[in-house]
Amino acid sequence: MPREDILHRTRTALGRAVGDPPAPAPPPRLNVPEVDLDARVASLFANIEKLAGKTCRAASPAEARAYVAALIGDRSAAASNAPFLRECGITDLPSVRANFASVEELRAFCSDAEFGITSADYALADTGSLVLFSSQEEARMISLLPPVHIAVVPRERILTGLDELLTGTPLPAERSSSMLFVTGPSRTADIEQILVRGVHGPGEIHVIVV
Amino acid sequence: MNPPGRRAPFLASGQRPAQVLRPGPDLPRPTPAAGAGPSPPPQPAANPGRDLVQFCFVPRASIFVTCIVDQLFPKVGLAMLEVLERIGWQADFPEQQTCCGQPAFNTGFCDEARTVARHFLDVFRDAEYIVVPSGSCTTMIAHHYAELFAAETEWLELSHRLEPRIWEFSKFLLEVARVEDVGASLQRVVTFHDSCHGLRGLGIKDGPRRLLSHVRGLSLREMDAAEECCGFGGTFSVKFPEVSGGMARTKIDSIMRSGAELVVGVDVSCLLQIQGALARAGLSVGTMHLAEVLAHR
Amino acid sequence: MTGAQEQKIRQTLDDPNLQLAIYSATGRLMSHRKAVVAPDVLPDYQELRTQANLVKRHAIENLDYYLEQFESQVVARGGKVIWARDAAEVAAFLLDLAKRKGASLVVKSKSMTTEEVDLNERLEREGVAPVETDLGEYIVQIAHERPYHLVAPALHKTRFDVADLFSRELGIPRETAIEKQTKIARSVLRQKFLAADIGVSGANFLVADSGAVVIVTNEGNGRMTTTLPKVHVAIAGIEKVIPRAQDLAVFLKLLGRSATGQPLTVYTSFLAGARRPGEIDGPQEFYVVLLDNGRTRLLADREKRQSLYCIRCGACLNHCPVYRKVGGHSYPGVYGGPIGSILTPQYSGVLHDPWLPFASSLCGACADVCPVKIEIPKLLLALRSEVNQAQAASGANRLERFGFRAWAWAMRHPHIYEMMGFLGSALFGDREKWIRKVPRVFRIGPLAAWLSQRDLPPLPDRSFRQLWRARRKAAKN
Repeated sequence: MPREDILHRTRTALGRAVGDPPAPAPPPRLNVPEVDLDARVASLFANIEKLAGKTCRAASPAEARAYVAALIGDRSAAASNAPFLRECGITDLPSVRANFASVEELRAFCSDAEFGITSADYALADTGSLVLFSSQEEARMISLLPPVHIAVVPRERILTGLDELLTGTPLPAERSSSMLFVTGPSRTADIEQILVRGVHGPGEIHVIVV
Repeated sequence: MNPPGRRAPFLASGQRPAQVLRPGPDLPRPTPAAGAGPSPPPQPAANPGRDLVQFCFVPRASIFVTCIVDQLFPKVGLAMLEVLERIGWQADFPEQQTCCGQPAFNTGFCDEARTVARHFLDVFRDAEYIVVPSGSCTTMIAHHYAELFAAETEWLELSHRLEPRIWEFSKFLLEVARVEDVGASLQRVVTFHDSCHGLRGLGIKDGPRRLLSHVRGLSLREMDAAEECCGFGGTFSVKFPEVSGGMARTKIDSIMRSGAELVVGVDVSCLLQIQGALARAGLSVGTMHLAEVLAHR
Repeated sequence: MTGAQEQKIRQTLDDPNLQLAIYSATGRLMSHRKAVVAPDVLPDYQELRTQANLVKRHAIENLDYYLEQFESQVVARGGKVIWARDAAEVAAFLLDLAKRKGASLVVKSKSMTTEEVDLNERLEREGVAPVETDLGEYIVQIAHERPYHLVAPALHKTRFDVADLFSRELGIPRETAIEKQTKIARSVLRQKFLAADIGVSGANFLVADSGAVVIVTNEGNGRMTTTLPKVHVAIAGIEKVIPRAQDLAVFLKLLGRSATGQPLTVYTSFLAGARRPGEIDGPQEFYVVLLDNGRTRLLADREKRQSLYCIRCGACLNHCPVYRKVGGHSYPGVYGGPIGSILTPQYSGVLHDPWLPFASSLCGACADVCPVKIEIPKLLLALRSEVNQAQAASGANRLERFGFRAWAWAMRHPHIYEMMGFLGSALFGDREKWIRKVPRVFRIGPLAAWLSQRDLPPLPDRSFRQLWRARRKAAKN
């Protein structure tokens, strides 16, 4: 059978027997630098802006709400169930819809919505990335289907980078079926190496740190 | 590699070295299978009797001119000789030498490469220093002989013994003879081509440029594609002539953009390819081996 | 080389627009990479390469263990692992799955592995329509061509080529603005994403301790493909396994930078199983197809098994002066450039394309930039040797073999060597100018090949050793 065949051939090729333990693995290489919060925020923003993302440092949840309100006006926005969004009062905004009854409803709304608003589980300062785990609070398609993605993140969640994330969460698979890093707006350079933004994912991204 | 640490104190810029008599520390025999890196220069002991002997001692090096220099560009060999003598070294030329075996090795004919390599090892088995006007031949001997003879203990040992003694010419000048200014002069605008094997196998990049910086009247202009392969690649040049020719033309485009009138390199195989393409394109830019530039007055 | 292969190379070399497209695209990728691995930007770049090489070596040398660990983790999280020995088994699985699900539309995110098994053709033959969603892959798909480059499949197409393609295949008015072309593709493909029954992806990494598949994209098509359809199938070669999620700290740092000069691509998905209870969206079924297709055979070769470390970044292609001349379609097999030159002979047999390992000047630029430190030039040399041995066994290429044997014999006898040199100068010696033409009787073989592109140096009338002897004699007198 294919499985046995392939495993058998693999073992024969390597000179290993069934049940042989693996040789000791080289330890993983993780370097977590010491960086204070302000520096992390600054680095995060600088890296996001390099990628034509927009950033905003909100001194309070209310400020975050104001930024979002000004941005979306009366246009339709889908919001995730993230508690932090509720805390900021963003889900109260008139054109924002959250708490969808079903996946089909969510999908239908997201397909037409102009904005998708989420929080983020973490942010990675050294690459300007958002880390989103799929969960009952965060649906995947909210940050995917609408053409503009707005993320509202409490500042404590900003990590120095991937090394820190993987040190703190060594097995992301235990937490969720999907861990996603979003690093700037969707882009391609497939035709003549000319950069175009907004291919399949959102072409515009706003990150608000509270 | 173990440089002996001999200093050439008279060769500050502008000065011509004295011909023969020069005090200097002992030249130690390089230790076989020298590993980690250059050891610090040994200090001469205070010993008047020995110093007198040393007064008349002129360091010697064997030269391996390479088959291509021997047959196609003998002037390069002569230039290398001249520079060595000028800086106070005496060169000898073991006449039984032929080739290092690289053409066969690169074309996948390892048995034939071994045949030729054994001959090389025989000819040079007792040499203290072997100076070679080629980065690719030096890499062949210093890096690939051990691979070729992995299964032949005697030849493997000999390869290992010779490994620290084989020197590409510019590295020899800088690291063994410890000379940067050889009293050369050449009023030309030049650009330097980084030969692949020298660059990646031996780290030859800054060395020749340092040597060129002391050549009076010389002006160096870097080309944007200095590190790109010229397209020679040994038998590649005749197995895939159009591709090789295309690579040469890309190279000469870069050369022309640099505004240089002369291309300098450490491997005549590259210069053969480059000059051949320049000539075919009817361009007047010339090529010179580093040794020829350094020999020039 | 076959006639068609020679012609392809010649066509590519003779097309100045194509040459410019290849040269500038690869040039750009090279300089983007250089900027982000510079010592002041990524000071531990070389250490990362060393670590990546060590981890890959460990994973490959204990591959059976990690494959089994991967499988048990996938199953533990509610997914399924399918083992496929060859292209037919991959297609059979997918077709059966499509039938069971009543699926007729399959969306695909970019996967060279699926290219390897001709997945699209196999599915189309049976009435299942796979749609490529990566813009470059979409373009080559509707052009009915193979990807031109590991990372930039449509590198060879200009906006005018794309305009022609779109108007012809999509029946829309001709549009040459790149931004508009992208929007066209976006809206066409969005319909497909929303309607597709099955999403097929590749995998950049298979994480053994997590049972997870890692997919990196810039466009978002990877996310679409693996989020919207009800079923997600990831197809990957068995060599894609890495031991731990924590190893991604090293590999992700190297992949984006080496490929396109990006510290991270826009989207990095780490997918472990289907939608879990509580999760709102995502596929309901998750399959990982582990493909052999000759990899276990490569594995058996101790020296060359490092070819399997490849993480498909494409850096070697960008830096290869040969690739930059002949382009991606001149290589036989699915993978081009330096990595293709070592993989294809191993997968297809060295005598299938005996010229391929020789189509390199061995400059070593590829080895310098390979993030996992595959010794490509060394493997090319090993393959050249194998080609020669195989040809010796089959009686092919006698002339060259004899030539080198004779040459080696002459090199071992200095007098013979000298005599040959002497003969050469006697015939052609002592001219000033470089030689453009030689009498027809000599214009054969290597000499003809050389002269087709460049001039020959004038042969000196005396060799170095002759001059040396003369010098010594003069010194004595």
